Amino acid sequence: MIRIEANDKVIEGKDGETLLTTLRRGGIHIPTLCHLEGLLPSGACRMCVVEVEGQNGLVPSCAFPVRDGMKVHTHTRRATRARKTIIELLLANHPDDCLYCSRNKDCQLQDMAAELGVRQRRYSGGRCIARPDISSLSVVREPAKCILCGKCVRVCEEVQSVSAIDFIGRGSHTKVGPAFDTGLHVSSCVDCGQCILACPTGALSERSSFKNILSAIDDPKKHVLVQHAPAVSVTLGELFGAKPGVDVAGLMTAALRRLGFDRVFDTSFAADLTIMEEASELVQRITQNQPLPMFTSCCPAWVDFAEQNFADLLPNLSTCKSPQQMLGAVLKSWYAKREGIDPKDIFTVAVMPCTAKKTEARTHGMDHDGVPDVDAVLTTRELARIIRMRNIDLASLEPEAADTPFGGRSTAGKLFGASGGVMEAAIRTAHVMVTGKEMDNLKVQAVRGMQGVKEGRVKMGDLEVGVAVVSGLANARKLANEVRAGRKDIQFIEVMACPGGCINGGGQPIGADIEAVKARAQALYLIDRDGDIRTSHANRDVQRLYDEFLGKPLGHESHRLLHTEFKARNAGE
Amino acid sequence: MSAVEQVVAQYPGAARDSLIPILQAVQEVDGYLSREAVSVIARHLQLAPSKVYGVATFYNQFRFQPKGRFHVQVCRGTACHVKGSAAVLESLKRTLKLEPGQTARDGSFSLEVVACIGACGLAPVLSVNGEIHAGVAPDKVNGILGVYRKRVAD
Ligand code: SF4
Ligand code: SF4
Ligand code: FES
Repeated sequence: MIRIEANDKVIEGKDGETLLTTLRRGGIHIPTLCHLEGLLPSGACRMCVVEVEGQNGLVPSCAFPVRDGMKVHTHTRRATRARKTIIELLLANHPDDCLYCSRNKDCQLQDMAAELGVRQRRYSGGRCIARPDISSLSVVREPAKCILCGKCVRVCEEVQSVSAIDFIGRGSHTKVGPAFDTGLHVSSCVDCGQCILACPTGALSERSSFKNILSAIDDPKKHVLVQHAPAVSVTLGELFGAKPGVDVAGLMTAALRRLGFDRVFDTSFAADLTIMEEASELVQRITQNQPLPMFTSCCPAWVDFAEQNFADLLPNLSTCKSPQQMLGAVLKSWYAKREGIDPKDIFTVAVMPCTAKKTEARTHGMDHDGVPDVDAVLTTRELARIIRMRNIDLASLEPEAADTPFGGRSTAGKLFGASGGVMEAAIRTAHVMVTGKEMDNLKVQAVRGMQGVKEGRVKMGDLEVGVAVVSGLANARKLANEVRAGRKDIQFIEVMACPGGCINGGGQPIGADIEAVKARAQALYLIDRDGDIRTSHANRDVQRLYDEFLGKPLGHESHRLLHTEFKARNAGE
Repeated sequence: MSAVEQVVAQYPGAARDSLIPILQAVQEVDGYLSREAVSVIARHLQLAPSKVYGVATFYNQFRFQPKGRFHVQVCRGTACHVKGSAAVLESLKRTLKLEPGQTARDGSFSLEVVACIGACGLAPVLSVNGEIHAGVAPDKVNGILGVYRKRVAD
C-alpha cells in the first residue's frame, strides 16, 4: 500500500499512478496546463511542480511516480513562485485581449493568472502576429493566443489518430498548425472539436453562427425552427451552475421559445426515425448478403474520417443521414407542406453537442429541391451564450414540452447521446424486425460504459449478431483496419468520434473530467430507465410520419430525403 | 514515377527514423520540399503530413518554396556573426522584402540563412548563386543586389 503525506495530510496512492493523480484524489488542487487525463505525461509546462522532501529541485507531479512514504508540499512559496513565473512568461507574448476573447471567464490561463496573483506585465516579448484561421466551418484557430502546451496536437494524434496539426518551426517562432501552415479546411481535420475541449486558452474555438440565426429570428418572413440533440439537455445545465448529469430538456425548450424560435423540436425524434431506417438497412444487409459489417453514419467526424482513410469500406457505411439532417429534411418537406409554408421561408437551426455538425450541414448532398436541410448549427456552449445575452434566467422558467408534430420521442432516441446508445436503440428495433417480438430485457449492458471499445453478441431469435461500439477515432481506425484485414465476426459497428460519445462532444462545456462525462451518460440512462416509450418503433409520431408521408423504411421518399452517399477523398477536398 | 517517388523508392520499408535523410535526398533532387513531396514522403513513412512538415520546419536547412533565379545565401556562422552578419541579414530582409526561406513572388530572388559557407577569412560573407561577396557591410547590400536586379530586368 502506498501512503504519502501531502501538506501534512495523509493520502493513499495507487501503485503505478503519478503523484499528480494521488494529490488530486486527495482533494489537493494542482494547476496544470499540459496534462491530459489518460494520456502519457509530456512534462512540457511545469505548472504542476511541487516540493518533495529529499529531492533537490521542484518535481513535475504529472510525470513523477508516487512512492510510499513521500512527503510532499504543494503550495510552498517556492512552488507557487515557480508557477507564477511560468504564467508571467507565457503572458510575455500573449495578446492580452481577454475582453474580446470567446473564452473570457472560461479560460485556464486567465484563472491561473488570477489564482497566482499576477498583477503586472513583468516580461515583454515579441507578439505572435499569426492571423486567425477561419477557413474551417467548424473550428477557428487563433495562434496568437496559443501557449504551445501541445494538448491539441496530442489529442488529435493520440485520441483521434488524425494528426491534422502539429508544431511548426522552433524557438520563439514555434506555432501549432496544419502542414504547410495552411487553413484547417485543407488539412485532414475532421472537425471533431476535441482540440477545443483540450485547449486551455482561446486559441481554439468553434466557428460561431450567432448572426445568421439572430437575423433569421428577427425576419418576420422567416419561420424559424430549432431542434436540439439528445446530448444537449444533459449538459447545458452545467453552464448555468448545475452539477453534471442534470437534465434540463424542459427548461431549455422554454428558453428556446423565449429566444423567439417559432417551433422547438427534439432531435431524439429524428433519432428514432434514423433507427427505423438504419435497423431496416441492417436487416436487409444481413438477409440479402450486402456488405457487412455495417458502420453507423450519424457522426459526421467519423464519416469524414472514413472518406479520407477507408475508401474501400465506404460501401459498409449505413447510407442514413444523421438525425440532424433527417429532421431538417422532413421539416423542409412534409412539415412545410402540412403548414402551408414555402420551404424557402423556413430557417432550421440545430443545437448540437458538436462542432462537426456545422460542417455537415454544409456538405454536398445535405439538401433537397434546392434548399439545405439545416441552415445553421449552434453548439451547447453557444446556446448558453445566447441565453445569457438575452437575459433569460433558465432556473426561473417552467419546463415546457417540445412541439408537435415531432414532439414525441422514445428514450431509445435519447440514448443517441452516449457511446453505445445508437447501437442499443438499433438492437431494440432490429430485434422486433427480425423476430416480431420485443426483447425480454431492453437493456444491452455490453454496449454501455466509458470504454473506448465495447463488443458483444446479441441474439435475435435464431440470428446471432456480433456488435462493436467504438469511440475516439484512434479506436475506430484500429477496428476498421481489422475489418479491412478480414475480421468477420462483427455485423454492426457504431462509431462516435468523441470519446464517450456526443455527451463529450467538441461543442460541449469545457473542462469536464471523466466523472462528469459519466454523470452525463448516467442521466441519459436514467431517462431511458424511467421512460414510457423505450423503443424507436413505438414512437407514434414516427409511425404517423411513415403513414402520412414516407410510406415505409427504405422506401422511395426515405431514399430521397433521409439517405445519402459517401465519396472517397483526400484531405482538404 | 515522379522524381520524389523515385527518391522514396530507394528507402523501402523505411520508418520514421529515416525521415531526415529522405527529406534531404528529396530537397537535393527538387531544390525544395513541395506540398506534393511532403505528402508522398508522409504516405511512404505512414506519417501525417503535419508531422513531416513539423519536423522539416524544425531545421533551417529545408525550404518549402522553389529557389529564385538568384539564390542569396547569407552566412550566420561564428566568424561572420562576429563581423556583423546579423545586420547584413537584416539589410537583406529589408531590401528583398523576404524572410529567410522565402522566394519573391516573381521568382527573382530567394533568401536563405546558412550556418557556414567555409570562407571565414572573408567574413561577413554572402553568396548569390554561388558567387561569393566578401566583407559585406549592411549598406553595401543594396549595391550588390542591384547588379542582379539589372539582370532580372534584362
Ligand atoms: S477538430 Fe479534431 S481533427 Fe480537427 S484539429 Fe481538432 S482534434 Fe484534430
Ligand atoms: S492551441 Fe491551445 S491546446 Fe493547442 S498548443 Fe496552443 S494553447 Fe495548447
Ligand atoms: S502538467 Fe505537469 S508539466 Fe505540464
